[in-house]
Amino acid sequence: MTLEAGPRVRILPAGESALVIELGDAIDPGLNQQVYELATAIERASVPGVQELIPTYRSLLVRYDPLRTGFAEMARNFEQMAAAAVSARPHREDRRFVFEVPVAYGGADGPDLPEVARHAGLTEEEVIGHHTFPTYRVYMLGFAPGFPYLGGLDPRIACPRLKTPRTRVPVGSVGIAEQQTGIYPLATPGGWQIIGRTPAPLFRPDHEPPVAIMPGSFMRFVRVSAEEADAVRDLVHDGRYEIPVRRRGF
Amino acid sequence: MLRVTSGGPLATVQDQGRFGFSRFGISVSGAVDAHALTLGNRLVGNPANSAAIEITFGGAVFEFAADTVFALTGADLSPDLNGVPVQMNQTIAAIPGDRLSMQSPRFGLRSYLCVAGGFEVPLTMGSRSTYLAAGVGGHHGRALKQGDEVPIGTPGRTVHAGRRAPDAIIPRYGAEISVRVVPGPQEDRFTERGLETFYSSVYTSTDKSDRQGVRLDGPAIEAHGKRYDIVSDAVVTGAIQVPGDARPIVLLADRQTTGGYPKIGVVATVDIPLLAQAAPGTKIRFSKVTVEEAQQATRTAIAGLAGMALEEPVVQVTEMVIDGLPVRVEIATPREPTSLTRLTVVENGRLRVAAIDVV
Repeated sequence: MTLEAGPRVRILPAGESALVIELGDAIDPGLNQQVYELATAIERASVPGVQELIPTYRSLLVRYDPLRTGFAEMARNFEQMAAAAVSARPHREDRRFVFEVPVAYGGADGPDLPEVARHAGLTEEEVIGHHTFPTYRVYMLGFAPGFPYLGGLDPRIACPRLKTPRTRVPVGSVGIAEQQTGIYPLATPGGWQIIGRTPAPLFRPDHEPPVAIMPGSFMRFVRVSAEEADAVRDLVHDGRYEIPVRRRGF
Repeated sequence: MLRVTSGGPLATVQDQGRFGFSRFGISVSGAVDAHALTLGNRLVGNPANSAAIEITFGGAVFEFAADTVFALTGADLSPDLNGVPVQMNQTIAAIPGDRLSMQSPRFGLRSYLCVAGGFEVPLTMGSRSTYLAAGVGGHHGRALKQGDEVPIGTPGRTVHAGRRAPDAIIPRYGAEISVRVVPGPQEDRFTERGLETFYSSVYTSTDKSDRQGVRLDGPAIEAHGKRYDIVSDAVVTGAIQVPGDARPIVLLADRQTTGGYPKIGVVATVDIPLLAQAAPGTKIRFSKVTVEEAQQATRTAIAGLAGMALEEPVVQVTEMVIDGLPVRVEIATPREPTSLTRLTVVENGRLRVAAIDVV
């Protein structure tokens, strides 16, 4: 069963206790913005039976209580909100709040920086410059706790994955894989080209919320020295560190 | 407290899961077979969400450090207490020093050790479940190993040994199972022929299965344009992904929160316990149901468990006055007192376990 709520919108079952509101089928900043606007609208509407919302690139998954509400009834709640989200004039992106993630580039923290520079035909300094310049959109979190799917990598520093993945990538490593850049929230095996490392923990199971960077927000990489990174580590150790959020002028 | 002599291949502390954190990329975790956990907790008098030890493929050995009432549910591990066989799906009493040993299951894959009071490991993000990939929750974020001491909470009420679950509520884990599937959300990515193949073929669970999912072998499922990737979106437990090798993977408790493969359907929640127990080599057939049918099946299953009448042991109650003080003693005798070595005795509301000689 599929309910069509507008030209691009589809509401699809995901089992008997969840449904997916698809607003489109692409990785696109405007589309992603609409997903978060829809999530906010549903939260504000306090629809009975809704248990959890999971926003992604281009759709919103709604977990609901199947003992309380059927699929069709639940879907009807969202038809108008979804149609409104896709037809509304695009808001100006709210980039006033930007997470500024400190990164120590190169050296032991970024063993693949020379390879990325070689592949791009740039100097290491130029790679760092291109990586720290953009404001990245956090399309969604997934794959691992607190892992941000980022949009906005400068295509000049895109680089293929390692031919042989590492068996262990240190927590906080900042990498590039094809057109993506990201941060490893846990020490795991991995094949991304590692260009730096952040001392800021993305996954903090004892905090509320348990992740440092929120889905639907924006972030930048800010270059710090190895000494500055160590100072951040000390603050983290003492429980006195939060990733700076820059509030831009109005 | 419970001492771990051996955790076997994989033993972890799990409750019903860690919900509400999926948008942060945090897995749900929890018991893979929620039915067996619920049944075990019901037997020992716990809330359904109390933490138990999930034992994968048996082989574990535990030692009790206090008077404890426990039950084992799920795959039959031919358990014994100090070498004396004890029953699955029944409350059993243990005294300090008693050793519970388990064999490998002949059918099924996962078993649950539930204790009255539950395992009281700290709450992490609202749950006691072990999140293995992130190394948090449960007992120090990892599988149990020799020498571990797992704390047990105070029981909310006293439950006697010899309480049994009725046979009708205990699933039979066979070599062939049939599970119901709600189509979607990406059913339209597959060709008519692909859908026909999926719903008419027999798939076999492989040894590449784990708490994240059951990987199946069988006929290839054809997708339009041979495209087995989508723009990543959120997944749910029971989702059936079809990656590039065109063979299905059914996602279980430790699944990631998002995925980039098309999902042909989602297994009805009531049938996930069958997949949780699908040991490698199990033959699986899928049948299509509507959302409404799957919801009705959920209601029926919940009502069945809620309305389940446990078979209670025979309890003899003696009231007397000793040294001027009133004493009320309950002694429970199981209805089938085979190989009975431990009895629960409640004195003035306080439970203790008595060791008796085999007669």
